[in-house]
Amino acid sequence: MTGRTPWDDAQARAVIAAKSAEPGAALPMLHALQERFGYIDDAAIPAIAAALNLSKAEVHGVVSFYHDFRRAPVDGAVLKLCRAESCQALGCEDLVAHLSRAHGLEVDRADAGAPLVVETVYCLGNCALSPAALLEGEPIGRLDAQTIDAIVARAAARRR
Amino acid sequence: MSARLFIPSDSAAVSVGADRVARAIAEEAGARGIALALARTGSRGLFWLEPMIEVDTEKGRFAYGPILPGDAPSLFAAGFLAGGAHPKALGLVDDIPYLKNQQRLIFSRCGVIDPLSLDDYRRRGGLAGLGRAVALGPTRTIEEVVASGLRGRGGAGFPTGIKWRTVAGVAAEPKYVVCNADEGDSGTFADRMLLEGDPFLLIEGMAIAAFAVGATIGYVYIRSEYPHAFATFSAALARARAAGLLGPNALGSGRAFDVEARLGAGAYICGEETSLLESLEGKRGQVRVKPPLPAVSGLFGKPTVVNNVLSLAATPWILAHGGKAYADYGVGRSRGSQPFQLAGNVKRGGLVELAFGATIRQLIEDFGGGTRSGRPVRAVQVGGPLGAYFPQRLLDTPLDYEAMLAAKGMLGHGGIVVFDDSVDMARQARFAFSFCAAESCGKCTPCRIGSTRGAETVDKIVAGRDRPQNIQLLRDLCEVLTDGSLCALGGLTPLPVLSALDHFGEDFANDRARAAAE
Repeated sequence: MTGRTPWDDAQARAVIAAKSAEPGAALPMLHALQERFGYIDDAAIPAIAAALNLSKAEVHGVVSFYHDFRRAPVDGAVLKLCRAESCQALGCEDLVAHLSRAHGLEVDRADAGAPLVVETVYCLGNCALSPAALLEGEPIGRLDAQTIDAIVARAAARRR
Repeated sequence: MSARLFIPSDSAAVSVGADRVARAIAEEAGARGIALALARTGSRGLFWLEPMIEVDTEKGRFAYGPILPGDAPSLFAAGFLAGGAHPKALGLVDDIPYLKNQQRLIFSRCGVIDPLSLDDYRRRGGLAGLGRAVALGPTRTIEEVVASGLRGRGGAGFPTGIKWRTVAGVAAEPKYVVCNADEGDSGTFADRMLLEGDPFLLIEGMAIAAFAVGATIGYVYIRSEYPHAFATFSAALARARAAGLLGPNALGSGRAFDVEARLGAGAYICGEETSLLESLEGKRGQVRVKPPLPAVSGLFGKPTVVNNVLSLAATPWILAHGGKAYADYGVGRSRGSQPFQLAGNVKRGGLVELAFGATIRQLIEDFGGGTRSGRPVRAVQVGGPLGAYFPQRLLDTPLDYEAMLAAKGMLGHGGIVVFDDSVDMARQARFAFSFCAAESCGKCTPCRIGSTRGAETVDKIVAGRDRPQNIQLLRDLCEVLTDGSLCALGGLTPLPVLSALDHFGEDFANDRARAAAE
């Protein structure tokens, strides 16, 4: 899993500097930071602004525009669950209800300390094998309640 | 000689266990002392058969599927490496009707070759198109693409050759070729399959475009939801550079051209070409006002070809075989082939590349085999989240640009999502609005605010509050969205909404009345 390094200003500045010469560097920079630290710390905003000669407001605007960029670290495993039309046609909303009912997990709500965080995503390009998900970047097709139970159990076991 | 075996590494095949199958077979071969040459390929796109494995036999590639890791011992016992009989034997791959009945021009190599082997690519006809383009020169290359009738496969359907001609005609440096691989429509996966299964084809298509218009820099904008496609395509770029296909003297042509893969960040709107350019420039992915067209003033204000993966990937075939040969496929003003993608509640989901002209019903019945649930088909959404829902009585509509428009729908990127009779179409209409609200870039008021008001209005209708007035309000709102939005997100969200309302009006009736009737 990526992003286990705790935030470090000096490291972050090095990551930013390594990308700052690229044309349109903001997204590659933000991806590199999130890859390293798992999120974009508030301290990154002025550092990026200085590197790219932008205002802090502009950088904040970019970071907040894109769904991918996290503003706080996540400590559990991340399950990205597709909730777009193809997966709706095969009951992804039933899986959302199952997560809540059987495991107390609400999609898109990051509970501190939860072993598994479930996030909505719209389409993973695995629509012929819906419902689809990505668990820590690994693709899962034909997702069902049984597989979800196993994922939750594994995440909880890893935490212990 | 060791037996040759092919197992997909396509992320969809991996999502149902292809990596575990590859390991189990390698272990079983080791235990039996059998030497194996195992190649990982892309997917053929017959996803209900994945993981589908293939062996080289005297008669051709022979397939087995869907394979579980536990099948390994019985496969060896059956002598599968020589095409032995097994309950999961599918016969010769080329004889599988789903594949045999397609016209695979773009996807001819996908699932066949090792995606990262430039030798495999060359042996199967790769780089012939680029070679011919260099021989023809830029002007005649563009004329071949114009003659092919190729239209933008991202959804807008603008003639690709005309776009190239515009960029070629603008004097400026540098020029860019930007490939839109932000394939965000639900029900579509052709771009992903190609990036993972035949990445050199896209690189060749971009090189042809660059040669034709005089561009020196290429970008491929790949959505972050496709981490495997990004990794495979980036690896292919490195190999193309090492082989001199890209670089300061691209393919020995004396011209410089290089390509960089860029990762999106989870914004559907960045599939819109001007938002994509903003995002590549490091900004919020907000739609630009056109004109100026990107062909004149695109990335960093320079002339830019922005094409979808499938448009660029069609050009090597067009150059290799001639524009006319491509135009011989298709109907009316929809020439060539379209890789359709069959998804949702369908028995045999997958990639179906066909000449334009087949009907929705042919796709979902002849290829798809009906619903996976076994219940009747009730609605079919064509063209992604901004496409219309078709009822049974319109399923004989042909899948081409004009016929789709005439039926108040659109072809989009060729995604076809099937729903059975358990679907609640008012809920689907509401989702269209809430998706628009979640993904709106915020530039146009009808899209930014109207989407949320639309979802609320559907709620009121379903709850039975002032139903006739609210239905009228919904129609008015859709008109405002259509007329008052700069791009397709706001402009086309009314398609799924109004098609649901017009064709499935009964689902918008009072919930309590419905509950009472049941």
